[in-house]
Amino acid sequence: MRFFEDLQVGQRRELGSYTFTAEEIIRFAQQFDPQRFHLDEEEGRNSLFGGLAASGWHVGSVCMKLIVADNQRLAELARSRGETIPVGGPSPGFRELRWLEPVLAGDTISFCSEIDSLRTSASRPHWGILQARNTGTNQRGDLVFSVLASAFVPTRNNG
Amino acid sequence: MTLTFEDFPQGPFGSFGPRHVSRDEIIAFASEFDPQPMHLDEQAALQSMLKGLSGSGWHLCSLMMRMMFDGFIGRTASLGSPGVNEVRWLSPLRPGDELMLDVEILEARVSRSRPSTGIVTFKCSVRNQAGGRLCEMVSPIIVARRRAGR
Repeated sequence: MRFFEDLQVGQRRELGSYTFTAEEIIRFAQQFDPQRFHLDEEEGRNSLFGGLAASGWHVGSVCMKLIVADNQRLAELARSRGETIPVGGPSPGFRELRWLEPVLAGDTISFCSEIDSLRTSASRPHWGILQARNTGTNQRGDLVFSVLASAFVPTRNNG
Repeated sequence: MTLTFEDFPQGPFGSFGPRHVSRDEIIAFASEFDPQPMHLDEQAALQSMLKGLSGSGWHLCSLMMRMMFDGFIGRTASLGSPGVNEVRWLSPLRPGDELMLDVEILEARVSRSRPSTGIVTFKCSVRNQAGGRLCEMVSPIIVARRRAGR
């Protein structure tokens, strides 16, 4: 996480990659999305996905996990330089989420975030709102996931 | 009986739930996928914009998916979803919430590229026990059309 003043449209961050194992795909699906193609290899092969496919909500949640980890790395850097550490706010939502290709067991997805727009919050003077295009690309270079997500970001005079 | 495209005409579809959400669940999900202080720690959460421990928005969406599954997707000839037009997180998910899901069908049309299927666009809204709206989502789902003899 950085302060609102330090952000610019077009800034891009590589968030790192994540390998979806069959075990994790099934565990997430059992809890939240137990459709047959998310639970069973054979059923997945016979579906439009062509294999055991992660729930789209699992893919989105992993993207969030890598965003938080990236923010923690930035906070650690700021701490090591003796700077004030910004604490991020919640998100009002997202738009244009696309599950473009299935994420199958064993796939490694690299996530990336690029700032799409920035505006100050009308109702909350110490906050800005960023909109970022977050994407996931598999090991073959196919774009599999894309979302335009918003979040509150603190300004330097916050709190 | 399995629900097919024909069972999803435009208009109100139904309400599903309740689904209880515990503090432990909120913390378990956040620990794995969204470990921000506002989702993990009561004291830190009190200082946050949401003024108290709140569930991750991705947790809320995942719970909404499960409520859709338990409500109707589990007995629907669903082939998956290409995405989500919009999600709005309107108020925080709190420990102890009893969630209800309201479902409306905004549009149902036969797929041009795969005429054996239809695309049903759902509007799903989650409210808590006090009637406060937590989340709204608009998302298309691909559903098989009924075949002769089924």
